[in-house]
Amino acid sequence: MQLIKPDINVNFVGWRNKAFLLSGTIILVGLITLFARGGLRMGVDFAGGMLIQVKLDKAPQSPELRQALSGIVSNAFIQQIGSESNHEYLIRTDTSHEELKSLYAEIGDALTKAYGPGQRVLRVEMVGPKVGHDLRQKALQAIFYAFLFIALYISWRFEPKVSSGLTMLLIVGIGIYALNGLDLNAEYLIGGALFITLALCWFLRLPYALGALLSLVHDILITVGIFALFNKEFTLEVFAALLTLSGYSLNDTIIVYDRIRENRNKDKKVNFGDMVNGAINQTLSRTVLTSMTVFFVILMLFLLGGTVIHDFCFAMLIGVITGSYSSVFVASPILIAYEDLRKKKVVAPGARRAETGSGSLKSGATTKRLGVKERESQPGRPAAGQANPAENASEQMGAEESSGDTAVKKPEVKAVRKSPKLKRQSSRPVGARKSGA
Amino acid sequence: MKSIAVRALIVVVVLIAGVFCLLPTFVSSPLPGLSTILPGKIHLGLDLQGGMHLVLEVETNKAIENTADNLAEEIKDTLRTKKIGFTQVARTGNSSIEAVLPSNAQLSDFNEMMRRSFPMLTSTSQQASREGTKVLLTMSPQQRETLSTRAVQQAIETIRNRIDQFGVREPDIRLAGTDRIMIELPGVKDSQQAISLIGKTAVLEFKLEAQNVPQRQSEDHNLPPGVKLYPMRSSDSTAPETMVPLEDKTVLTGQNITDARVEIGGGSSSYGQATIALNFDRQGARMFERITGDNVGRKLAIVLDGVVYSDPVIKERIPDGRAVISGSYSDEEARVLAIALRTGRLPAPVKILEQSTVGPSLGHDSIQAGVLASAIGGLGIVLFMLVYYRVSGAVADMALVMNLIVILALMAGVGATLTLPGIAGIALTIGIAVDANVLIYERIREELRLGKTPRAAIDTGYERATITIMDANVTSAIAALVLYEFGTGAVKGFAVTLFFGLAANMFTAIFVTRVIFDYLLNERRVKELSI
Repeated sequence: MQLIKPDINVNFVGWRNKAFLLSGTIILVGLITLFARGGLRMGVDFAGGMLIQVKLDKAPQSPELRQALSGIVSNAFIQQIGSESNHEYLIRTDTSHEELKSLYAEIGDALTKAYGPGQRVLRVEMVGPKVGHDLRQKALQAIFYAFLFIALYISWRFEPKVSSGLTMLLIVGIGIYALNGLDLNAEYLIGGALFITLALCWFLRLPYALGALLSLVHDILITVGIFALFNKEFTLEVFAALLTLSGYSLNDTIIVYDRIRENRNKDKKVNFGDMVNGAINQTLSRTVLTSMTVFFVILMLFLLGGTVIHDFCFAMLIGVITGSYSSVFVASPILIAYEDLRKKKVVAPGARRAETGSGSLKSGATTKRLGVKERESQPGRPAAGQANPAENASEQMGAEESSGDTAVKKPEVKAVRKSPKLKRQSSRPVGARKSGA
Repeated sequence: MKSIAVRALIVVVVLIAGVFCLLPTFVSSPLPGLSTILPGKIHLGLDLQGGMHLVLEVETNKAIENTADNLAEEIKDTLRTKKIGFTQVARTGNSSIEAVLPSNAQLSDFNEMMRRSFPMLTSTSQQASREGTKVLLTMSPQQRETLSTRAVQQAIETIRNRIDQFGVREPDIRLAGTDRIMIELPGVKDSQQAISLIGKTAVLEFKLEAQNVPQRQSEDHNLPPGVKLYPMRSSDSTAPETMVPLEDKTVLTGQNITDARVEIGGGSSSYGQATIALNFDRQGARMFERITGDNVGRKLAIVLDGVVYSDPVIKERIPDGRAVISGSYSDEEARVLAIALRTGRLPAPVKILEQSTVGPSLGHDSIQAGVLASAIGGLGIVLFMLVYYRVSGAVADMALVMNLIVILALMAGVGATLTLPGIAGIALTIGIAVDANVLIYERIREELRLGKTPRAAIDTGYERATITIMDANVTSAIAALVLYEFGTGAVKGFAVTLFFGLAANMFTAIFVTRVIFDYLLNERRVKELSI
C-alpha cells in the first residue's frame, strides 16, 4: 500500500515565500494576542494559586459552589468539565495558603457541610507564589539549555566544524555568564542568549544549526501563540509538551537535513534549491506517515485520556502539525535563504573589490574567495559580463544584482543556486558523515 | 556483522530479562525464591494512586535566631560564673548579639572569655555609650550558612522519622534546592493529620505559672518583668481564647524526653481520655524532681509550640521522671502529638509552599482513561503497520511489543515512577517508535524500486536509515534529559518514559527487526519482500 507516490515531485521550495508569509502571519497574530492579553494565562504551577477538581452528587444550586467554598477560595473561576450530568467542576483561584493545614480535608469538609455527604474532592493543587516564580525561571532556562544542546549537536553532526561548535559553546557560555551577572529576568536572559546563539550560527556559518533552531523557535512561537489565542492555560504539563515537541520537531527536520546531507555528497552538479526540494520529496512519504501515526496516538489521548493530560495533548497536537510543516516549509527553505543571503553579502563586496583591485576578503571562506578571484582574473569588469563563460556569467550577474538594484529576480536566484556552498562541500568530500560516525 | 545466531540470542536474552523484571508488577502473588533477585513493582506516581505532595520551606532564619538566642543565654551563664558584670546580653537583628558591660574595666576579661569559649562569634564593634560599653558580636556568613544547612538536614531527618512512625508506605522525602523539602506521601488517607504531624515544630517547654499576677493586670498587658502571657489550648474552637501568665524562663525542655506515648487516662479528671505519657532521661528526671520538689502547690504549664496544653498543679515531688500531658484530644490527635514529641522538635518552623492532593478515585480513573487511550492508539498503529507494510509491518509490530516490554522493564529495574504524563509518554513513544521502522521501510522500498535485490535493499536501507534515526533520537533524548533535570513529579515521570522509550526504540526498531529480516532472508530463503 502506498499513500504517497514514490515519484512525487512537488515544488515545496518554490512556495517558500508564501510559507514564510503564512508562518510570519500566524506568529505575528499570536504575538499580538500575547501582548494584548498581557502574557499567557499561566496555570497554577507557574502563577501560584489553587486548582481544585471536585465531583458533586448533584448540581450545586443553593448554596452556589462559590459560596460553599468562600472560606477557602476567593476570586474563584469555576468551570464545569466533562458531560453536564457529571457534576464535575474545576475551580481556579490565584489565592494560596501557606498555613499548615490540609486544603484537601478542608474543602471536603466545606462541601459536606454545604451539600451533605457523597461529595468527592478529586484533586487539590496549591502552589505558593514564590514557587511559581521560581518554576517559571527554571522553565525558561530549561528551554534555553535544550536549544543550546540541540544547536551544538546539530552543528557537530551536520557541519564538519568541531571548532565552530566549540567556539559557539565558549562564546554562548561567556554570554550567559555575563547576562547572569546583570541579574536580568529569565525572559531577557533567554532572549539575549538565543540572539547570541543565532548570531553565532550566522557568523560561524552553521546554516543547519541556524535552520533547525529557527524552525524550533517557529514551532514554539506558534504553539504558544495558539495557546494565547485560545486563552488556554499554560501549565507545567504544557511546558513539558513544548520541550517534547521541540525534540519531535527536530526529529522531522533532521530527517530532511540528513537527506540533504546525503544528496549533497552524491551529486554536486544539481543546484542547491533543487537538491533541497528533492530531499523533501524523497522523505515526504515518511514525514506524512510518521506525523499521522503520532498525531493519531495523541488524538486518542486528547479525546479519551481524561482532563489531567488534556492540555498537554492539545499542545502536542499543534506541535506535531507545526513540526512537520516547519521541517518542510521552514527549516529546509532557510538553508536556501541562507545561501541566498550569504552569496549576496560575500559576492557584493567581492565584486566591488574586484573593481578597486583590493584582493583580501576578511569574512570570505577560501573557496568563496576562489570564486571571486576567478572573476578577478577575468579581464572584463563586472559591467562587461557578457564575455564570461556561462558559469561565471551567472555568478557575476548575481554580483551585479546585489551590488546594485534587486529589480530583476530570476538571474539572481540562478546565481545563488549555483552556489559557492557546493564548491565548499566538494573540497571536503567525506564531509559530515565521517566526522560524525 | 555478527552471526545471526549470536544476535538472535541477544534478543531472546533481553526479552526474557524484560519479562522477568515485569513479573512482580503483573503477577500479584509473591514469587518464592525470586523476590530477592527481581526488582519491585513499577512505582505508580501520586497522580495515579492518589496521595499527597508537599513542598515545605524551612525558615532557616528562625533557626539562626534560635541559635543566637541560645548563645546569648550561654554567654550570660558564663559571665555569671566568671564573675564578669554585665547589664544586658541579647540578640539584635537576625544573627548578632549585643552585650552591654557597665564599664570598660572588665572589657579585656570579657574579650578573653569570648575568644576562649565562643570562637564562633567575632566582636565587630565596641563603643562607649551612656549605659556602658556596647559590644556587638556577630556570626560569620559561613557560620550562618552551616546553621541553615544543618537546620534543613535536621528537619528532613525529623520529618522522615515522624512519617515512618505515622505509617506511610514508600514515602519520598527529599531536599529540593537549598532550604526546601519535597515530601510525597502515596495513598495517605488522613491528609489533615499528616500535615499537622509534619509541620508541628514540637517545641516542648515546661514553664512555671507566674505568681501574684492579678487577673486585671494580665488583661492590661501590664506584666511584671519575666512574665509573659501564653494562649491556652481549648478543645472547642468557638470558645474565646484564654491567656495564662507564665514565667518566661523555661525550666525544662523536650530535649530531655526519651519517650512519649499515648495512654488512656485512668485519673479522675481524664478518665477514658487519651493522654500522653512522657519519660525523661536521667538528667531530665533529676531536673524534674528538683522542680516539682521546689514548687509543690504551684502550677507547672506544659507548653507546646507556644501554646499551653495543660497546667496541672504540682501535688508532690515526682522522682521517677515521668509526666503526663492531659487535655481533650481525639485518639488520632494524641497519636500524632506523641510521635511529634518522640521524634523531637524541628530545628526551625516550616511553611507550606506547595501542596497537592490527588484523591484515590481520580487516580483510578486516570489510569483507566490513560491506558484505554494508549491501547486504542497503539492498536491503531499496529493495524496500520500491518495494512501498510504487510509482513514487514508485522515485524515492526513485534518490535513494538518488545519495545513496550523493554520500557516497562527498564522502569521496574531502576525503580522509576510511572505517572499519567508518563503513560502519555509511552503512547507517544509508540508513535515515534514506528517512525524508525517507517524510515527504514521507505528506504528499502526506494532501494527496491532502483532494482536492488531484497538482500541488498535491506542492507542499504538499514545502513542509511540507522544514522538518521540516531540523529533524530538524540535530539529527542536531549529534550527528555533537560526535562528530567528541570522537572518535578509528574513531568519527571514523563521524561523518564520518553527517554527509556527512545533507548528501547534504538534497540528494537533497528536491531531486533534486522535480526528478524536476516532470519527470513537467510534461513527461510524468502525471495520476495512483503513490504
